[in-house]
Amino acid sequence: MSDTALPRHSSRGYSVRSLPGFAVIALFTIFALYAPILILVAYSFNAGNSLAIWEGFSLKWYAQAAQNSAVIDAAIRSLYLALSAAGVATVAATMAALATTRTRRFPGKTMIYALINQPLMVPEIVTAVALLIVFAWIKVATGYTSMIYLIAAHTAFCVPFAYLPIRARLETMDYTLETAARDLYATPMQVFMRVTLPQMWPGIIAGMMLAFVISMDDVVITEFVKSAGQETIPTYMLGQLRRVVTPEVNAISTVILAAGAILVSLFFWLSRERR
Amino acid sequence: MPETPAPASATADAPVPGGLIRGELERELEQTDNRTRWLLSLPAILIILFFAAAPLLVMVVYSFLTPGDYGNVKWIFSTEGWVNVILQRDIFDDTLIWADAHLSIFWRSVKLSIVTTLLTLIFGVPTAWFVATRPKGKREFWLFLVTVPFWTNLLVRTIAIQELIRAEGVINNLLMALHIVDQPIQMMFTDFAIGFGMTYVYLPLMVLPVYAAVDKLDFRLVEAAHDLYAGRWTAFRRVILPMIKPGIIAGSILVFIPCLGAYVTPRVLGGGKNLMFGNLIELQFGAGRNWPLGAALSFTLMAIVMVALIYYVRLTSREEKTDV
Repeated sequence: MSDTALPRHSSRGYSVRSLPGFAVIALFTIFALYAPILILVAYSFNAGNSLAIWEGFSLKWYAQAAQNSAVIDAAIRSLYLALSAAGVATVAATMAALATTRTRRFPGKTMIYALINQPLMVPEIVTAVALLIVFAWIKVATGYTSMIYLIAAHTAFCVPFAYLPIRARLETMDYTLETAARDLYATPMQVFMRVTLPQMWPGIIAGMMLAFVISMDDVVITEFVKSAGQETIPTYMLGQLRRVVTPEVNAISTVILAAGAILVSLFFWLSRERR
Repeated sequence: MPETPAPASATADAPVPGGLIRGELERELEQTDNRTRWLLSLPAILIILFFAAAPLLVMVVYSFLTPGDYGNVKWIFSTEGWVNVILQRDIFDDTLIWADAHLSIFWRSVKLSIVTTLLTLIFGVPTAWFVATRPKGKREFWLFLVTVPFWTNLLVRTIAIQELIRAEGVINNLLMALHIVDQPIQMMFTDFAIGFGMTYVYLPLMVLPVYAAVDKLDFRLVEAAHDLYAGRWTAFRRVILPMIKPGIIAGSILVFIPCLGAYVTPRVLGGGKNLMFGNLIELQFGAGRNWPLGAALSFTLMAIVMVALIYYVRLTSREEKTDV
């Protein structure tokens, strides 16, 4: 924080790296980014029913959320969905990243790249209603409603998020180690399992975590694709907001925030290793 | 796994076993390589094709059908869905008039998206600058601090804003405790609430690209400007700003586009009256029971987003040209 550490311009009394007022706005902004979240967390420990009046510290809303079978079901469903979608998406993204990096231009490369990034270009609400149309049609035609629709939809928008870190990782690797392994008579399978995969592992983990977080957070597509009784944690919370809000919502939010913070820290740590 | 394209072999013109001449063998290897790459990409391509791209094509068809009585569609061709995007039929004499309700929602979406982009610029650029100019060891920490909110659940962050600005929320309680106001200010379910909420949730999208741009900035150039007697403002406007412009443009587009298609934030903070584009689309698939109109509206939104993206690409490619 100390601007004194910055080199000052020789003839002026200030550093060229500091701009007047910027530090004040920046510190205010960072404070403002955290204040609402911290208030939300604080009220999850409120003993009273209110989100306005502090009535003392208590864990009762956490206990209530933990005993609410709707919350538990939604949490399990969210985890199941995010793990399945992130798992499948990461495998597909890893294969696609291997095919589209470290290569000359080949016919269709741009097309594959554009297609993989397609879910990022289209507003989520548009994808959501398009899936609603198609899945409504399939559901009526087959009478089959299961989590498979949600898993398919989530997998699709998770692919680009899993793909980006894996691709970034691959681009930092060259072929020297693989060539050396081949020179030493390793079979293609051995080269991949013993040389390529261990090198790209941090990228794969980062990609999978990113996909997992994106899937866990998704409201819009889930809201439109889910069949009756397929609430996930975010859609459950969105539904709760229509009713009288109690600190139970804050308690669930706090758990999500804590889980998210752990994942982000891990993600940061993993991508730092790269450098 | 991908093979390296066969290195131009030392056996320049030597006949290759099997009676193939060199060029042919290379081409064959290249074709095998292409096939392998396509096969490897196939799972990802199929997943996205089936569950993201193809549904959009189906929706094109639906936008030209007739709405069913209880939602869904009747398979009768009609352009009414598209007409209804900006026009509506008078109930009595069937003449077409402007659909004021839709136009005001489009206007609100564009207006709030622009305001949000400007606000994130005002707060985001100094924040990015601040983080990027921290001494090496401390920078990671500050960067981490601005990145965490970006990864926290968007709905949770929206709920946090809701609890802040509700009638019995923290801000109103504070203002009343300080006797600045006697009655809580109605902030929920207004355009202000939506703009405030979107600024809050999308701010990190502005900070990160601008940070990347400031991080790459060569401060020797700023130093040089000062040596040549530029004041702080001149140095900022003539040297710094042109160099971090790509980051600012990228950040603006990253904020503007999700704002246009925002659904969760306006739904929670705007309520049932202050709709934005995304909520209008949802309405057609819910209570509105007009799927063709919903489909047509979706493509209208996509078209606006595409225009913004193309504008961005043209802007950045021109930047690159002037850089050279």
